[in-house]
Amino acid sequence: MEHLSTVFQEVYKILFLLVPVLVSVAMIVWLDRRVWAFVQKRQGPNVVGPFGLLQSLADALKYIFKEIIIPSSSNKVIFILAPIVTMTLALIAWAVIPFSATQVLADINVGILYLFAVSSLGVYGIIMGGWASNSKYPFLGAIRSAAQMVSYEVSIGVIIINVLLCVGSLNLNDIVIAQQNMWFVIPLFPMFVIFFISALAETNRPPFDLPEAEAELVAGYQTEYSGMMYAMFWLGEYANILLMCAMGAILFLGGWMSPIDVYPFTLVPSAIWLILKILLLFILFALVKAIVPRYRYDQLMRLGWKVFLPLSLIWVVLTASYLFYFNLLPVN
Amino acid sequence: MIAHAIFFYTFSIIAVVSAIMVTASKNTVHSVFFLILDFISISCLFIMIGAEFLGMIMLIVYVGAVAVLFLFVVMMLNVAQQKNQWFAGQQSSRHIPVGLIISTLIFFEIIIVIGGWKYKPEIFDINNSISQASISNTHSLGQILYTDYIHVFQISGMILLVAMIGAIVLTFRQRSGVKRQSYIKQISRERAEGVEVLEVQSNKGVKLDD
Repeated sequence: MEHLSTVFQEVYKILFLLVPVLVSVAMIVWLDRRVWAFVQKRQGPNVVGPFGLLQSLADALKYIFKEIIIPSSSNKVIFILAPIVTMTLALIAWAVIPFSATQVLADINVGILYLFAVSSLGVYGIIMGGWASNSKYPFLGAIRSAAQMVSYEVSIGVIIINVLLCVGSLNLNDIVIAQQNMWFVIPLFPMFVIFFISALAETNRPPFDLPEAEAELVAGYQTEYSGMMYAMFWLGEYANILLMCAMGAILFLGGWMSPIDVYPFTLVPSAIWLILKILLLFILFALVKAIVPRYRYDQLMRLGWKVFLPLSLIWVVLTASYLFYFNLLPVN
Repeated sequence: MIAHAIFFYTFSIIAVVSAIMVTASKNTVHSVFFLILDFISISCLFIMIGAEFLGMIMLIVYVGAVAVLFLFVVMMLNVAQQKNQWFAGQQSSRHIPVGLIISTLIFFEIIIVIGGWKYKPEIFDINNSISQASISNTHSLGQILYTDYIHVFQISGMILLVAMIGAIVLTFRQRSGVKRQSYIKQISRERAEGVEVLEVQSNKGVKLDD
């Protein structure tokens, strides 16, 4: 009986985390389209509900009622598994995100490694979808995205090492608390910029949306998908974007900490601060989508391997030597 | 404790079954997916014995990078059509004796190595002291790796570097007659080199590309 109640408690906690994440994914799609439209002097979705807020709900309803078409020459099991894998991986990563010092589902020792591992697994949904479709465009898109995500993961990993050198712990709450005096965005500003661009590439956002470049590959790995399965890819993609924003907020912008530690600011719940920081990063993502043209594929690879990787490695050496020389290494 | 046992047996059964399926499945791409499943369940087992750092590194390195490249190569080879018939084809049956000899050799080698393995009595003490102290798994690993075993660690890094450079040298070849895109040249192009304004007389036209 005791076990059962703990299980129910955990399920309740998980639902309390997952439902807001899914709702905010729907809202964030609306925000993305809205920001994109405003940059281009359009209105964007503004008809369904106040300010068009319910647009994503309408879209979801439309997707649910559409027929799911499974191509006859596809590999059916993997074809159906692919969107499920994308969606699941995008959601399980939220387990370790701390919304305050105590509000975290799983406060594990290796939180940042878990986040990194789950985001590096995200490529499987795309490869599986692309291969199982048994069609040219999805396959090309899948191969592109596999190469792209593996290359940009490397620089994200090195950037995480930079932050870890300053913190001395892999726990996400420790990383947030280490930024009490100064957010890491100030001393590690170049790393923040590289992280932001790598996050764009890791989530296949423009200007790095080559896996689904519509002018070359129709819709990339999603070409053969329809109805709810397409919507699941879509939701997973946006949940991943939100996750990368959350990761950026935790690593560089002080996570759930208020920007200034004085009276009126400390009254605001820390979860609100984290959400505001995620939103700030997401609006930057949306702006980039609206104003930057798509990269050519060889330039994308060059940027990842010949620019970001050496730069972040040099910065690791710099950070380590600075901390070592001034005896600031976090040793306990 | 019961829950622990249930999880342990679930993950180990998945690991063993998927390891068998890697060799038994007819589709090569499916075997790579089973390999990935195997890696994931092994990393779950690592996490269950308290080696969370190893488990995560297993996920990041093997599943996140190595298996992606495996999948990449297998998909590019397009071997999905050639069914990997298990012990059936004339071609594969010729290789069975050689394979059997090699696998028996490896099996006996492993038995010799494991049979001669003796735990030092101190190691059990170290284990106990780690579990008592509040040092996390990652910290204790780092404390050993970067102090007592620093030379071994650096040598293994060097071996990896040599392997990487070797692979690059072996596959690198300068081909002649290939047009290369120079990034610097492309972005430093000025308007004067690219655009020319011409007076076009009517009915005469302009001849380009001379």
